[in-house]
Amino acid sequence: MSGDFVNLLADLKEDEVLALTKKRLDAKEDPLKILEDSRKGMEVVGGRFAGGEYFLPELVFSGELLKQVNEMVKPYLKGAVTQKKIGKVVIGTVAGDIHDIGLNIVDFMLDVNGFEVTNLGVDVPIEKFIQAVKDTKTTILGLSGFLTPAFDAMKETVEAMEKEGLRKNLKIMIGGGQMDDDVKKYAKADAYGKDAMAAVALCKKWIGAA
Amino acid sequence: MEKAWAELSPEEKRGERFKKWLSPPGVTFASTEAEKAYKERVTRFIKAFTLQKPDRVPFILPSMGLYAASYAGTNLATVMYDFDEMKRAWRKMLHDFDADTYIPPVLVPPGPPLETMDYKLYKWPGHGLSKDTLSYQCVEGERMKADEYDHLIRDPSDFWMRVYLPRVFGALKGFTQLSPWTSFEEIVTGNFLTFANPEVQAGMSALMKAGMESLKWIEAVGEVAGEAMAMGFPGVMSALAKAPFDTLGDTLRGTQGIMLDMFQRPDKLHAAMERIAPIAIATAINSVNAAAAPIVMMPLHKGADTFMSIKQYETFYWPTFKKVIMAFVNEGITPVLFAEGSYNNRLDIIGDFPKGTVAWYLDQTDIFKAKEKIGDRCCIMGNIPTSLIMTGTPQQVKEHCRKLIEVCGKGGGYILTGGASVDEGNPENMHAIAEAAREYGVYK
Repeated sequence: MSGDFVNLLADLKEDEVLALTKKRLDAKEDPLKILEDSRKGMEVVGGRFAGGEYFLPELVFSGELLKQVNEMVKPYLKGAVTQKKIGKVVIGTVAGDIHDIGLNIVDFMLDVNGFEVTNLGVDVPIEKFIQAVKDTKTTILGLSGFLTPAFDAMKETVEAMEKEGLRKNLKIMIGGGQMDDDVKKYAKADAYGKDAMAAVALCKKWIGAA
Repeated sequence: MEKAWAELSPEEKRGERFKKWLSPPGVTFASTEAEKAYKERVTRFIKAFTLQKPDRVPFILPSMGLYAASYAGTNLATVMYDFDEMKRAWRKMLHDFDADTYIPPVLVPPGPPLETMDYKLYKWPGHGLSKDTLSYQCVEGERMKADEYDHLIRDPSDFWMRVYLPRVFGALKGFTQLSPWTSFEEIVTGNFLTFANPEVQAGMSALMKAGMESLKWIEAVGEVAGEAMAMGFPGVMSALAKAPFDTLGDTLRGTQGIMLDMFQRPDKLHAAMERIAPIAIATAINSVNAAAAPIVMMPLHKGADTFMSIKQYETFYWPTFKKVIMAFVNEGITPVLFAEGSYNNRLDIIGDFPKGTVAWYLDQTDIFKAKEKIGDRCCIMGNIPTSLIMTGTPQQVKEHCRKLIEVCGKGGGYILTGGASVDEGNPENMHAIAEAAREYGVYK
């Protein structure tokens, strides 16, 4: 049942996935096992996205399926579920910019790939980034921005990290609509990633898991 | 005109519209030189659009909407409310740059009516965004629920008035209580009663107030636009239209919602796009008819490479989008299709139009490849990287433009411009674009 479940989820078969979830719960299977299978299914989805077989719509839809499965499983869970994470990342859309489609995909893909993601949302003031870097002790910061005013906001955010003495142990990546390597240089970030998979690859490289 | 409009072929209609663009009715030029320069500029664009060789490659400064504000030392927050400042900034832009076209402040949204209506779809500086932010931004959200497709498909205008508008305009929340206009039939009895509702009345008053406030704005915009015309600077866009997929994905269902619909209710999604297409067509044609330039700009969003596969693009995005484009082409109007982001994986299908009728404005697409693949049928525009304009030196910008002109300008059919709009940055980089066009863009 478990192998089917992983494949059905990866193939985005909504009705079948939900029916099988119900069947497994009715059969008194360990709900943690179902969650583990969901994670595996999402890993396959992430892989297909990385390979160019899946695109944004599949990603969004898989997220919806996962949500539905989680909701069905939730009442059967005793206590909190903790998953082992391979690294920490703080992400957010810089001040003056409220776009979050790309940001949320990066969040999703990092999460699926085992990272503990602190997503600060949109229009994030510099102080909030600083606080989050301090609080989480993250070694990776991801700055998102869609519009051209984000160029300066990114630069200022990076400079603030320097001033706070946080820059040395921090890798900073940028991404979003009008970003590229020129902007990376301008903002003095460490890397530019063209999509969510690039973000995952960068983070894995930086924590030494690539 | 000898033949009735409806009997003209698309080619004849295009010819008539270009003639009107060249000699716009009701325009008095400041001088014969200005008139001559106007005609030269328009001719340059017409030739580029129709894949002929103009005297030189035309250029459009990538400062579409809002650059003038920061250039003149003010900001969007100010010019949205202070229309004298708006006029000052846009006049400065008009007088300081000798470009092929000029974009009046039509894309500066007037602040007072937006506040009067309590507009929720956008945030702007001082209103959800910090005062010094240089642009307004859309707030994504689900403003049409999945189970409201049937209402939209049955009667789009009714859905707009009684469902969508109350969600995006706080001042119109009472409109949910209105009856459909179509309920007026035969002898009228209780039909007016909903208009006695205080919330409905407040909505009506807000609309009237917003109308009066907008008059002040259009007066200022018109003043600058009129001056630009008189000086001989033509406009190049008379209307905006959207691909039906974007109308649904941007403002109604949201990105998340429409992507779920592609799996969960594809038939409804298709039906809704088919329903919206003729509305988009009629609205834009009306605007073009009232203006000089027979050009409609279509900013494209959710069909870009990173948003969906080519198969999804061909299934969901392209059919109704193409229908809208062809309706413009058949009316003799040239659509400028602004592909924000990249369209590299779409190049095999997007050139399928009658030769010289459609222009592709490419932001980050590999434009050299586009020249190869679609350049024999479509005019191509753009591609100076926004990041370069904002962070590079004038020399770098000029050099990049030279390459673009050499490759894309070959044989005609290219308009030099940027990618996404630039809201601030070194004016010397703007001048570098103009210099490049004049220095490298001349056809011999």
